[in-house]
Amino acid sequence: MSTSSDTTTAGVRGAKQAPAGRVRRLSGRDKWVLGFMVGVPTLIQLVLVWIPTLLSAALSFTRWNGLSLTDIKSAGVANYQFIVNDYPPFWPAVQHNVLWLVFLALIATPLGLLLAILLDQNIRGTKVYQSIFFTPVMLSLALIGVIWQLFYNRDSGLLNFLLGTGGTPQAVDWFGDSSVNIWAALVAATWRHAGYVMILYLAGLKGVDPTLREAAQIDGANAVQTFFRVIFPAMRPVNVIIIVITVIESLRAFDIVYVINRGTNGLELISALVIQNLVGEGQVIGVGSALAVILLVISLVPITFYLSRAFGKDKEA
Amino acid sequence: MTMHEDALRRASSQGGWDRRTLLKTLGVGAVAMAGVPLLAACTGGSAPASSGGAKTVSFGSGSSDEVPKAAYKAVTDAFEKKSGAKVTTNVVPHNDFQNKINTYLQGSPDDAFTWFAGYRMQYYADKGLLAPIDDVWEKIGGNYSDALKKASTGTDGKMYLVPNYNYPWGFFYRKSLWAEKGYQVPKTFDELTALSKKMQGDGLIPIEFADKDGWPAMGTFDYLNMRLNGYQFHMDLTAHKESWDQKKVSDVFDTWKALLPYQNPNALGMTWQDSAKNLGDKKSGMYLLGSFLTQQYTDKAVADDIDFFPFPEIAMEGQDAIEAPIDGLLLSKKGGQNPAAKDFLAYLGTPEGQDVYASVDSSNIATAKGADTSKFSPLNKKMAEAIGNAKSISQFFDRDALPAMANNVMIPALQSFIKDGNVDVKNLEAQAKSLYAAQ
Repeated sequence: MSTSSDTTTAGVRGAKQAPAGRVRRLSGRDKWVLGFMVGVPTLIQLVLVWIPTLLSAALSFTRWNGLSLTDIKSAGVANYQFIVNDYPPFWPAVQHNVLWLVFLALIATPLGLLLAILLDQNIRGTKVYQSIFFTPVMLSLALIGVIWQLFYNRDSGLLNFLLGTGGTPQAVDWFGDSSVNIWAALVAATWRHAGYVMILYLAGLKGVDPTLREAAQIDGANAVQTFFRVIFPAMRPVNVIIIVITVIESLRAFDIVYVINRGTNGLELISALVIQNLVGEGQVIGVGSALAVILLVISLVPITFYLSRAFGKDKEA
Repeated sequence: MTMHEDALRRASSQGGWDRRTLLKTLGVGAVAMAGVPLLAACTGGSAPASSGGAKTVSFGSGSSDEVPKAAYKAVTDAFEKKSGAKVTTNVVPHNDFQNKINTYLQGSPDDAFTWFAGYRMQYYADKGLLAPIDDVWEKIGGNYSDALKKASTGTDGKMYLVPNYNYPWGFFYRKSLWAEKGYQVPKTFDELTALSKKMQGDGLIPIEFADKDGWPAMGTFDYLNMRLNGYQFHMDLTAHKESWDQKKVSDVFDTWKALLPYQNPNALGMTWQDSAKNLGDKKSGMYLLGSFLTQQYTDKAVADDIDFFPFPEIAMEGQDAIEAPIDGLLLSKKGGQNPAAKDFLAYLGTPEGQDVYASVDSSNIATAKGADTSKFSPLNKKMAEAIGNAKSISQFFDRDALPAMANNVMIPALQSFIKDGNVDVKNLEAQAKSLYAAQ
């Protein structure tokens, strides 16, 4: 709304100063259209994002059985106290989320970058490789579950077969043993995340001006120097996106652990706890909302970082 | 209908997780939430309109799977024929039905609907969302054992449920293996551990066990608690009238510790189907599970070789209590004013009505006395007898307790107990206190 009125006043001023008529007054219909175009997304945003967010923030300070609205009782910070003090899966979940972030940042993302660089070398069949590495990103959850089951199964899985332990008592229980299953899940997560990062970096590499590379080579830089000193810094916009994606992926990591065992027994993640507490049988609205708020607050940090970088750069330009 | 059955349905379709379930719950959930009362409202609206002379009943069913759906269809058809009333059935996918029950009951629910005995029946009855059916029970009471009657009663002493069928939990084993090795059915806990020891010596996994999905271990807990502390204590504990932080509860876990070395050590990575396979392959001696286990054995030779014995006695009440989840029908508050709906419930409470149901869906055991057992396999007969002889019937932990307690507290607690034999009853009590207070 304010946008349209600003435009209008600017238009009025412009009309007075420059009667040549480059900027015309907005007709009633223009205003209506503009208002509509701004209003509808705002409304959708409000209804689908802000109102639910604020409501769940409000619910996190209550106890509610989900029956009638009169049953909502104020609980102060009791739900938060419960989560921090009495809810055993919470702290393991936080640790696992941090581990997830570190693993994605140090292993999965660099792996995706490496794949992108290799596939950017115009090697033969590069399109085929791209498709293969990107496939995991597109697969449905159910299929991922089946694939990793085949791989990790204790008695008949490929991995135990390759290790020569399949069918013996020494076979590693990749999903059931809580000291190894988080690593099994992280490998599965890497399998997806690397493909995702690879596609983004491939696009980024294509966007880098080839003359930069030539100039660097003429200056006598070797391939490694060319990449790290010239190409990589030139991809700054992509890098920022990748950082944010990595952080957000590690926070909302959910599907793989849910496929394995619904996020229990060594695979606790905050997002899985949110689902467990908000959806279906084990619904505890107050606790689930409080967990969601905790996750939201943590997520706000990278989102703010991203937005400030993105808009900060616009100002520079 | 509760999570253990959801899980077994899901597991039978594929490796444990069904993407559609999540999407349905997350995405369509919102639509369904609005849709359930709407659907019900349609029929609710049409009912009085057509009730000029004819009697109508609206019936909400969460039995959305092929066979039970057809079975309930047969029941409603037979009832229509018999009484001249008209039954409109609304079938809702069982997951949605289950998850949206709050909204459903507060909107305009159907007159009669499918549900089960246990804590949540009593909970909704206490909230005034159900209609008591003592008058129906006056007619059909003689068809049921005292244990079934007890399970159908609300906390206010009034009757709410008409049981349709149930299925027992107990130890299953292969007759041929036991005959070959000369094992005897254990009657007491000491005999059970002695037998387990012997089996271990014979190179078997004595007690098959799987808990990747979290819920199967609750069966062991339920039985140990009932046998050690009695049925009433178990009910009071699951309803949180008793504290978790007391010696009686720690004793359950201490007793369990004596059993842990004999249970499959890889339980945490296994589903009950994996365990069923081990039992079928004679790698393990016995398996404590619900009778749905037998559905796994498609080979008739194996299926006929499966036998059953109830959980041995430990300290209290012998083998009087049995764990046998009961499914049946309830009346919504609105349905309480519809005499035809009461007739419908009464009809399902007769051997005749249950025979109609069982003629289509024979995988469970009819609850009414006098229901036709001539088609039962010897195993089914044995299980029906065990249920018939029981003085009290528990409903499995996730039906007897607050669902959040089962799902969010017990699953992690039992899994960590299986892992290292430790359990923090103080923390269990702290969690229970907070969760039950929210209700």
